[in-house]
Amino acid sequence: MKYTVMINEGPYQHQSSDTALQFVRAALEKGHEIFRVFFYHDGVNNGTRLSVPPADDRLLQKEWSELGLEHGLDLVICIAAAQRRGLMDESEAKRQGLDADNIIEGFRISGLGQLIEGGIQSDRTIVFGD
Amino acid sequence: MATKKFMFVNRKAPYGTVYALESLEVVLISAAFDQDVSLAFIDDGVYQITKGQDTTTIGQKNFSKAYKALGDYDISKLYVEKESLAERGLTQDDLMDLVWEDEDDDWAEKSSIIIVSREEMAAIMAEQEVTLSF
Repeated sequence: MKYTVMINEGPYQHQSSDTALQFVRAALEKGHEIFRVFFYHDGVNNGTRLSVPPADDRLLQKEWSELGLEHGLDLVICIAAAQRRGLMDESEAKRQGLDADNIIEGFRISGLGQLIEGGIQSDRTIVFGD
Repeated sequence: MATKKFMFVNRKAPYGTVYALESLEVVLISAAFDQDVSLAFIDDGVYQITKGQDTTTIGQKNFSKAYKALGDYDISKLYVEKESLAERGLTQDDLMDLVWEDEDDDWAEKSSIIIVSREEMAAIMAEQEVTLSF
């Protein structure tokens, strides 16, 4: 089955990123296709490369990044939500005249249309959030 | 592109958290994809479409007027749960007058608000192909 996954909450603050990560891993193991993972609301914070949790804790952003790169996942951060919360890739930072970018490898920033398209193209759309 | 039944489920009050505002942004984008879109308002989500919202003292943008534009985007099915209204002491009179123009009926202005029971809402949700909850 082809899935689009939406994640609406930030890492650590909320369980949804962990649960979605486990869901995506399990779906891939079972041979399902993940069409897209779309990060919205505070969920965009799953795409920062500047998180430094205590050494004995998981680093969720890195886990997403590695899973994405390993399986060629399309990890999309909503641009409107990202701009509100200070998540930038290099080109967007340049366009906004900002002096830094912070997106982790394996993610890309794009519009909300990507979520709607995911819903249209996938057999199931699953929302992880509050 | 295929047409699917999309439902956006609004469960939270318009202010206090950003869910309602960012939900509306998704709804407006969805209009560009020519899908069969409906909205559900349940729990505190019913407050999103109440009349007379005034945000001047909280320093936030009053985005309630944007709901009035939904009809212009061919989004004309706003299901509001009767029990959620009643539990909050609200009736349809407390809601904004949200309308759409029916081009098959000489552009007659019709209400977009459809009050449904909790049971009916469950049945409408079960018919959807893509349900996004906020």
